Amino acid sequence: MKVEQISIFIENKSGRLAEVTEALGDMGVNIRALSLADTSDFGILRLIVDKTDLAKATLKERGFTVNKTEVVAVEVPDRPKGLFGILEILDRAQVNVEYMYAFVERCGGNAVIIFRFDNPEEAIKVLTQNKVNVLQGSRIYSM
Amino acid sequence: MAIWNPEKECLDRDRLRDLQLKGLKDTVSRVFQNVSCYQNKFKELGLSPEDINSLEDLSKLPFTTKEDLRLNYPYGMFAVPMRQVVRIHSSSGTTGKPTVVGYTRNDLNVWTELVSRFMTAAGLTADDIVQIAFGYGLFTGAFGLHYGTERIGASVIPMSSGNTDKQIMIMQDYRSTALVCTPSYALTLADRMEKLGISPDSLALRVGLFGAEPWSEEMRREIEKRLGILATDNYGLSEMMGPGIAGECEHQCGMHIFEDHFIPEIINPDTGEVLPAGSVGELVLTSISKEAFPMIRYRTRDITRLTYEPCVCGRTLARMHKTAGRSDDMLIIKGVNVFPTQIEEVLFQVEGCEPHYQLVVDRVGAMDTLEVHVEVNECIFFDEMKKQRAFVEMVEKRLVSTLGVGAKVKLVEPSTIKRHEGKANRVIDKRKI
Repeated sequence: MKVEQISIFIENKSGRLAEVTEALGDMGVNIRALSLADTSDFGILRLIVDKTDLAKATLKERGFTVNKTEVVAVEVPDRPKGLFGILEILDRAQVNVEYMYAFVERCGGNAVIIFRFDNPEEAIKVLTQNKVNVLQGSRIYSM
Repeated sequence: MAIWNPEKECLDRDRLRDLQLKGLKDTVSRVFQNVSCYQNKFKELGLSPEDINSLEDLSKLPFTTKEDLRLNYPYGMFAVPMRQVVRIHSSSGTTGKPTVVGYTRNDLNVWTELVSRFMTAAGLTADDIVQIAFGYGLFTGAFGLHYGTERIGASVIPMSSGNTDKQIMIMQDYRSTALVCTPSYALTLADRMEKLGISPDSLALRVGLFGAEPWSEEMRREIEKRLGILATDNYGLSEMMGPGIAGECEHQCGMHIFEDHFIPEIINPDTGEVLPAGSVGELVLTSISKEAFPMIRYRTRDITRLTYEPCVCGRTLARMHKTAGRSDDMLIIKGVNVFPTQIEEVLFQVEGCEPHYQLVVDRVGAMDTLEVHVEVNECIFFDEMKKQRAFVEMVEKRLVSTLGVGAKVKLVEPSTIKRHEGKANRVIDKRKI
């Protein structure tokens, strides 16, 4: 039920983001979703791509520090309080959200949000119990 | 200008040599008897105290290094029983353990005498009010200077380090005439006074005695101009005694080494060969009067040059020039000794991880800054910003507790630190000292 994500350490200097995307493009890797967290010195770029292992190997070869992490993709009703409903379930189960970001594509009529949880197994369990749709990796990579 | 001890400071050099030889022979036989480290080293070379019959024989003796002090931590190098030791000081740890030094009552007396000499040489008298802005504690700086200042009869303000605004207030209100601190702290005080709109003319300050870190002639001129004082230099290291090995007179033409207590040599740091008078090389010191912690041919790692011509002030003692760097990789940051290996140790404590790193030292305004650049690798890269920042903070915290001086940690991408022949260039010192 989990989705693979790669995180890349990027120093805050011009052209680095372009280099990441160029390297991936050269290998025919398509970016499905991304988020960038930054400080004045450095940033952490998180990507969901269609070919995770190829992307990781390519970036490592180009000298980047890359980690693979597991995140959860959740279908969220695309209406006011849609996200709130999901977060309420998680809060009741005392699952913490480390960070989250939105997926570009919609899934049916719903939005897709990528979550990084402190306890993903528990998160998936309570979301599924509450009839929230958690998306498979294979589905996300090809969306 | 006055000379504290003209009999010794202006001693005829032939008589000085006699006195040195006597002190050397005495020291050698004492360490041979009481310190196993020296005994073993002498025996390895087939030497006994009887082999020392002239000052030239000094070069037969083995060197003593910081590593010897580390291996004999804490009291292995002491040459007297602990009941004769009345004071203990210690330097910052270089490889985890600090260096411990001890003093007998007579050692403290000599230390006080030598500080009195350079205080007097800088022009201080019983009429002066002396503000000591070195930290009182394990560090040898403040205490050594304190008692010498008292002995010349000056009024000592044991202010200790830091608290710049209060330093300035006391300087104004207590009418301090002399300031004793690191040269960089003198500039910090000048900066702060400018910000507060306090003119140096409104102070009673007239002399500064600065030491514990290398500084240039340009920096001296700047301090003199901005504080309106005479700025003199003094030299010491805790392994030998602390401040009081050498000090300048008001002519500012090199620091008089108190040769009746220490024999200086200049060596080629690579070969250990003794260089002729006037050569630039590493300063090696031998104590010839110390009781608790004698040092035979201690390698200071400071690069300098000696002059044996008498000074216009009348002193016949050799003069050492400002230190021009180190023969090892030690850095002096805000007066604190820092070795790159200490930083390496902190970084390598992180489980299973040996990141490449580089130290970038700079001087912003008057203050030294230390930045540690660390190449990120998989085991110190976290996908969560919270964890990544916590890592940086943890390393910074460990650095300050290990080094005794704050450092900013900056994470950089892999392979961005330049390597020479596979080895990373560990230090970039941007300070113009």
